[in-house]
Amino acid sequence: MSIVLKIIVQRLGLGVVTLFVVSILIFTAVNMLPGDFAQAILGQGATPEAVASIRRDLGLDQPPVLRYFHWLAGAIQGDLGNSFAQANFASFVGSDSGGNKASVAAQIAPRFWNTMFLAGVTALIAVPFSVLLGILAALYRSSVFDKFTNIFTLSSISSPEFFLAYILILFLAVLNPWLPSLSNIYQGMGFGERLEKTLLPALTLTLVVTAHMMRMTRAAIINLLASPYIEMARLKGTSPMRVIVRHALPNALAPIINVIALNLAYLITGVVVVEVVFVYPGIGQLFVDSVKIRDIPVVQACCLIFAAAYILLNLTADIMSILSNPRLRHPK
Amino acid sequence: MNIWVIFLIVFVACFVAGWVFRFAGEKITEGKPFFRDMSMGVAFGYALGLVVLVWVVWSYYLSRTLPAPEVNKYFFFRMAIDGFILFSIAAWLFRLLGRIVGTQATKKLFRQMPLTASFGLMTILIYAVLAIFAGLLAPYGQEQIIQGAAANIAPGGDPAMGGNPAFPLGTDQIGRDILSRLIYGAQNTVGIAFVTTCLAFVLGGTLGFLAATLGGWLDQVLSRAIDVLMAIPSLIFALLLMTIASAWAGSQGGMLTAYMVIIIAVIDSTRVFRLARAVGANIVVMDYIEAAKLRGEGLFYLIFQEILPNALSPLLAEFGLRFCFVFLTIASLSFLGVGIQPPLADWGTMVRDLAQFINFAAFAPRVASAPLLAAGAIALLTVAVNFVVDWMLQRSSGLKE
Repeated sequence: MSIVLKIIVQRLGLGVVTLFVVSILIFTAVNMLPGDFAQAILGQGATPEAVASIRRDLGLDQPPVLRYFHWLAGAIQGDLGNSFAQANFASFVGSDSGGNKASVAAQIAPRFWNTMFLAGVTALIAVPFSVLLGILAALYRSSVFDKFTNIFTLSSISSPEFFLAYILILFLAVLNPWLPSLSNIYQGMGFGERLEKTLLPALTLTLVVTAHMMRMTRAAIINLLASPYIEMARLKGTSPMRVIVRHALPNALAPIINVIALNLAYLITGVVVVEVVFVYPGIGQLFVDSVKIRDIPVVQACCLIFAAAYILLNLTADIMSILSNPRLRHPK
Repeated sequence: MNIWVIFLIVFVACFVAGWVFRFAGEKITEGKPFFRDMSMGVAFGYALGLVVLVWVVWSYYLSRTLPAPEVNKYFFFRMAIDGFILFSIAAWLFRLLGRIVGTQATKKLFRQMPLTASFGLMTILIYAVLAIFAGLLAPYGQEQIIQGAAANIAPGGDPAMGGNPAFPLGTDQIGRDILSRLIYGAQNTVGIAFVTTCLAFVLGGTLGFLAATLGGWLDQVLSRAIDVLMAIPSLIFALLLMTIASAWAGSQGGMLTAYMVIIIAVIDSTRVFRLARAVGANIVVMDYIEAAKLRGEGLFYLIFQEILPNALSPLLAEFGLRFCFVFLTIASLSFLGVGIQPPLADWGTMVRDLAQFINFAAFAPRVASAPLLAAGAIALLTVAVNFVVDWMLQRSSGLKE
């Protein structure tokens, strides 16, 4: 077994363990709520018999450890339980015939793909743009261009997401009606139309993540420019652009890939606020709505999905930076 | 599609102009290296920069000369440029003042300071004054629904535009003075963020130094626990815990705010712990720590008298960044409706409440500027802190090139 493979398997195992512990954490946190699910469904005026009956149906009378494994087993199979908000009393006592309308999975699935679409569009715009900007800033460092991008990216890093979103809405949707300010996406929409409605939230997220990626790209390249082999390349008369693209960039790739993956992970957090501003029917908006009405199963499920995506992206960043290290790929 | 055609034309024009610029420069200066070695990309960049500059100046000229209905479109642009110029001049004057007044050391500090950093320092000072003296400066109370004043008075104080000179920034949807709420917002939002950051630093710093000093199983347990906490995105985790806190707090807004402070402090202390542990681990192996241990000093003395003073400067830079982060998290939570609870005035909540007015921007720009004022107040402070931290980091590290 080669070293790289061993390290990767190790990291994967660590990721699974982390996810497991995180799921315990989420479950425990939710179980710290006063009262329980049955009480929450039936409200204050419920008779003790009704509460006891629902508790039995939902398995709430079992010990927490057993309930946890039950929930986890369901979650792995894609069954995330039933939503309070969508559920009516009938669906819980078992006389429900309307299919799985109340199940969390059915609610989340379409929204999950919407969010993935938004994140994908954002990544497609943001990654090439920020790497290019970073290379240019490194090439013309301490010029007017560099200073301007520095100020611009620092400002966009430090603005709250909703401020950037409203500024973009103001200039690109209200004052100049170029793009729609509401992303009312529905199923069966054409790709072009969907893209048009996704563009404004994607641009907002691009502004949020570009700054970090661009600054890291710039720093990684500038770091390398002091090394002797770059000096050598310069002395033999290679053009500045070629020095950076051919000589510096391949060695700066590891930190750049790392920061790209980390920023895609950051997108997950940013997506919540942006989806609320643009009323984008994604998982973030569902999460916030469920938090407000305390729809615990949905909150739990969304939290688990966000955490899983976050861990996965961090893991990818880890593995990619291992893979891009030639010393590890070709051991002596 | 029209807009894309314009983009294309501008692009081609810039390319041609760049080539002409380089060619002309080379001919006029008879082959100066600056023009001779200029790549096409750089020439294109100069031309593009010129086009943007001309466009900005032309739009600004239009925004000052156009008659009433058309000028609405340029209102925000004009405000942005005016604000930019005003702040630049103020920052320049502030730096000048710092160069004249003060001790030798501060004078030297101000002499080396870039304009962005002096802008940052000045803005932070203004916010601090507003936050501390909010009660004296605000014309009305933060929860006060003013008797006899209409709701939704437009900002600007111009009666012809739907304003009222008594309320320079207008009133909100239930008739509270926006200026007063903005000033109180500085106290509430910034104050709460500051308290939260301090709490996070006390918690994370102490634990981090403890882990670094004691090592062993305590270090292992703490580090693994922090790893797990950091595996959940912080805003998501905060929202999850706020759901639970809101069930505990019931209808008491004050309790919920207190819970929020604790929750965010705990979540954020994980990042502080990492840094404190890393910095502490480097200090613990020093000889003077060994000497102190041999002298028989206690753990408390070691951490607060030996390690802390030597770890202060990286922790201070981190404090600025952490503060920004906490501040933005609280603003986001409030914007989502689960953060600082009414009737306390708070910028995030204000943005959410006034947001729908943005849609009136095309014909009533003053009305639409109300939500942007609060959002801008948040952005301005974080930009300022970031500029100062950036400058501090650049001074202390070798990131000069």
